[in-house]
Amino acid sequence: MTLLLENVTKRFGDFTAVDDLSLSVGEGTMYGFLGANGAGKTTTFRMILGLLNANEGHISWKGKRISYATSSKIGYLPEERGLYPKMKVEDQLIFLAQLRGMNKADAKKELKHWLERFEVPHYIHKRVEELSKGNQQKIQVIASLLHKPQLLILDEPFSGLDPVNVEMLKSAILDFRNEGATIIFSSHRMDHVEELCEQLSIVHKGKQVVQGSLRDVKRSSSKQYVRIHSDHDLTQLASIQGVASIHQTVEGAVYQIEAEQVAHELLTVALKSGPIRHFEIEEPSLQDIFIEKVGKEHA
Amino acid sequence: MREFMIIFKQAFMTKAKTKSFIITTALMMVAIFLFANMGKIIDSVQDMTGGDDASETVLFVRDESGALIERLKTQFEANESGTTVESSDQSEQKLTEQVKEGEIDSFLTLSLDDTNTIHAKYTTMSAMEFTLPMMLQDALQSIQTEMQADQLSLSAEQVETLFAPITFEQQSVSPSSKTEEELSQARGLVYVLMFLIYFAVIIYSSMIATEVATEKSSRVMEILISSVSPVKHMFAKVLGIGSLGLVQMVLLGGAGYIALKSTSSAESADGFFSVFGFSNLNVGTIVYAILFFLLGYFLYATLAALLGSLVSRTEDVQQMILPMSLLIVAAFIIAVTGLSNPEMAYLQYASFFPFFTPLVMFLRVGMLDLPFWEPVLSIVIMLVTIFVLGWFGARVYRGGVLMYGPSRSLKDIKKAIQLGKE
Repeated sequence: MTLLLENVTKRFGDFTAVDDLSLSVGEGTMYGFLGANGAGKTTTFRMILGLLNANEGHISWKGKRISYATSSKIGYLPEERGLYPKMKVEDQLIFLAQLRGMNKADAKKELKHWLERFEVPHYIHKRVEELSKGNQQKIQVIASLLHKPQLLILDEPFSGLDPVNVEMLKSAILDFRNEGATIIFSSHRMDHVEELCEQLSIVHKGKQVVQGSLRDVKRSSSKQYVRIHSDHDLTQLASIQGVASIHQTVEGAVYQIEAEQVAHELLTVALKSGPIRHFEIEEPSLQDIFIEKVGKEHA
Repeated sequence: MREFMIIFKQAFMTKAKTKSFIITTALMMVAIFLFANMGKIIDSVQDMTGGDDASETVLFVRDESGALIERLKTQFEANESGTTVESSDQSEQKLTEQVKEGEIDSFLTLSLDDTNTIHAKYTTMSAMEFTLPMMLQDALQSIQTEMQADQLSLSAEQVETLFAPITFEQQSVSPSSKTEEELSQARGLVYVLMFLIYFAVIIYSSMIATEVATEKSSRVMEILISSVSPVKHMFAKVLGIGSLGLVQMVLLGGAGYIALKSTSSAESADGFFSVFGFSNLNVGTIVYAILFFLLGYFLYATLAALLGSLVSRTEDVQQMILPMSLLIVAAFIIAVTGLSNPEMAYLQYASFFPFFTPLVMFLRVGMLDLPFWEPVLSIVIMLVTIFVLGWFGARVYRGGVLMYGPSRSLKDIKKAIQLGKE
């Protein structure tokens, strides 16, 4: 495990921003950090970066505390913008890369490559404020990747991008992961996390409400659904123990079940009344889990 | 050190490369050259348009006594004033009418009363005419004296003794004072340099505050301070912008110097500049000007960086630095009131208050022969203040740059220090 957070707590006065947070991210893996606004995501990132000190707990990367000595190995993409509006794209990227320990010539070469990869080479001499929000986001992502960091911290990397650009950025970030970088990113887009992350956390008001691998998280969820399509009467299925709720559909019904074995019973009983056309155990989406754990108001 | 240089260079170069900086500097340099050559320009414009002197003005005089006009004519001819006196016997009302219609510029009515005192009335359309009335008054006064002397049968020599001026010499034994002549020579230079210091400090320190707020609002700050420490960032920024200011000052100063050198050879401009005390530039004053500009800048820039770190939107910067700006304005006003009398006691006190020192001590050191310890002491006080403010500012800055939200009051300083510690 390269990035390790152990029982980290951060308080601002009486307010607890992050409460007893633990997580670990291995090399070459991507960690999703989910939470509503104000859940403590940015505070956690700032602690990882060493901008804030935790009141309790330890944060380490490769066994050491993150400090300015390691800053050249870290890439950080702050939430929204994070660029000088009046500086030209090239000057800006070179400046930020130099701050991360790169020399000018390398930075120049690399940024050309990245601008081409993101299909925006013609913006090189434009000022950032002249670009659209999506293109600014691309430049910002480049700024966080240019110096080839080994630890990448991305705060809402896909906000403000159209689907085509999201794919473009995703592939770039995945390449990075495949080269062995440790990546942690926050989002409130569940689908992105579901698609990219092996491990994830859901934080709510500073507390870590869900933690683990995507599969475990889904398995442990109480929200499992069985969808049955049948032309025959299914009313007796409602009396089966372990069915939490029923939602009638045009072709049949969807049953929320409390445990996986209830699904078998449903199938058996349904087949007794006649042949069925469709049977499916639906995994909960992260969206469902998030709503379950955090509450509808934040979905 | 590497990061320090990168930020220093960035702060300097991005500003130096902006069109607004280049254009303002160029415009100011042009203005200096124009100002330096004002005399020549006025001359050549007058040559081209013919100027005022070419046209002779005619003054119509309605002399009710009949005895004065000839004397006035001889007086004016002797003066070579370019104004010819012409007698007119039209009524006062008619002449007034003519003045109103613009046919004649003005006219004068003269009369004598029983005691042989001259009564004169000058009528004109212009409310702002001074030269001719003054000349007339002088001329008539001497005519009156002449007449009275005749009446008393005094000889010309006797009259002269009546008006012989006394000799009056002023001497000050205060060790710090300069002669009145030296003072007025220094005044122009000190005033111009004071103005420069004032403007440079106010412009560049508010530039710092705006820069910091921009970095914060655009969240570049988070990237910056995750690669360099906030304190390093702050001082690199302050130094970078400061060097920019110094470069601009040197450019303007150089332009001024060249402008002076090139015009002082020409006779025409000499009079103009000696009035301002520019003819013999005092090197000491220039050195103090640069020194106090730098000290003043660092003092206010550190304060500005501190204040800038507290706001999260550039719109709030002006409001936040208002107390600081008022401090500079106060310093300037105090210094300007001292221009006419730099020895006033309150100036001495004010010159040791670090926020006033750059302007007030500069005024005193430029205009008076101060004992050496005075400027040195004030500089030491300033350096200590800058150091303390830098230390304090760095603490506020550390937390301030991480604070977002509607923070726009000085109360947030405490919050920022708290956050900085964490």
